[in-house]
Amino acid sequence: MPVNVIITGRSRSFPKDVPPMPGSGTVLAGTAAADVISGAAKACLDFVAVELNNECLGDHIGLDADPIAARIVGFARFRLGTADPSNLIELVSMDWTDEDAVAAAKAAFEGGGFVVACCADRPGRIVNRLIRPYFNAVLRRLDDGLASAADMDKTLMLGLGYPEGPNALLARTGLADHHEVTAVLEGALGDNDFTPARRAQIAWQRASK
Amino acid sequence: MGVGIAIVAARAGFTVRVFDTSSEALDRAHEQTADFLKKSVARGKLSPSDRDATLARLIGSTRIADLADCEFVIEAIYENLTAKHDLFGQLDQVCPPETIFASNTSTISITEIAAGSGRADRFVGMHFCLPAQLMRLVEMSPGLNTSDETWRAAWAFCEALGQKPVATSDTPGFVLNYFLIPYHNDAIRLVEQGVASPADIDIAMKAAMGYPMGPFELLDLVGADTQKLLCDAMFGLTNEKRAACPPLIRRMIAAGHLGKKSGRGFHHYDDSKMFGA
Repeated sequence: MPVNVIITGRSRSFPKDVPPMPGSGTVLAGTAAADVISGAAKACLDFVAVELNNECLGDHIGLDADPIAARIVGFARFRLGTADPSNLIELVSMDWTDEDAVAAAKAAFEGGGFVVACCADRPGRIVNRLIRPYFNAVLRRLDDGLASAADMDKTLMLGLGYPEGPNALLARTGLADHHEVTAVLEGALGDNDFTPARRAQIAWQRASK
Repeated sequence: MGVGIAIVAARAGFTVRVFDTSSEALDRAHEQTADFLKKSVARGKLSPSDRDATLARLIGSTRIADLADCEFVIEAIYENLTAKHDLFGQLDQVCPPETIFASNTSTISITEIAAGSGRADRFVGMHFCLPAQLMRLVEMSPGLNTSDETWRAAWAFCEALGQKPVATSDTPGFVLNYFLIPYHNDAIRLVEQGVASPADIDIAMKAAMGYPMGPFELLDLVGADTQKLLCDAMFGLTNEKRAACPPLIRRMIAAGHLGKKSGRGFHHYDDSKMFGA
């Protein structure tokens, strides 16, 4: 039996087709997904997976243990700015989420051809928590004159085997998007390593005009 | 890391003297080198005769005096300025004046190391990347007193090794480690905070960004002990909080969970063979 997929509004994870996923559960995607959580949870089989953007799962189901919400997990297909979505699903659970629900959701996404990484319900999950301070450092050091953008990219690609340097990647996917994500994380974490770098602030201001 | 650099030089046709104060370390280096070259032959990257010739060009020694005929010396000891000054001070007594000294340091100032070498004008930074035997990049950094002649000779030598030199300024961490050390520390802090396991973080970063290795796979290659030294050096120079050594690294060192070389780090390993072997 395939997983039931309900898309309400625009989905960053599934901008086009949704691959069939095996299992007994419901995937709620799109900007209005959270609005239908409670109904889906009551009718849920093994799990309900609700799409997250920059917010946390707790924003929708609260932080306290709830037997109805125990089978709800969050997910986000990682996507950098305007780039196509990656193959990564970050699967979010609370410490009181039913382990069988997490396992069932993981199996469903993997069955749909995705790579799944599990994480706790924290701002930025895994990837944004790691790449945003790194991108900010790159942008700040570019201002400082550490090296040219091309030399920085070349060094990181040759030295670490990255497929694309951070400067080229941010230019391709949008500095304004980097601003949007880091501003949310700075507010949620209170950590100035997430303060949008000057170049991202300028891009954001220009895009907002 | 010195073993990887030695392989690069020997593979490029240079006779290489591998110096270590420990004969056990030299034996281990020889074994790791033989394993790596064997795998290179199996993969069709190296002919059996080239493997034998490469191995024959690697000569181990525990006597620093055996480096007296070297034209170029690359130091790859741990990140400690005093230890590096001590080593280069000895080398300056042993090697002829025309020998160029290079440091594989990834964090300490080249100018500061060169100041204790007795030959600051014939001194350069040559930072190879892990695993050195596979990665082509070398960050080349001149010190304030490095002569133009030395810089050109070192650059040409780097190219003769078959590597790709990139010029970087003599600043903490140069380019690569300035970004890599804090990024690794951020990943460790995610584990400390219970956000995700090392395995899930590695999976995520590879799938999302197309990186060939996750941060913990690379950290296990670097070694927890080396990461601490890198952090201490980097934080001491920059005072940037992301460079500060996470407590988990200190606990792992105390527990002997150093990484691939000890069989256990953030992941478990069945052997201590070199990456690619």
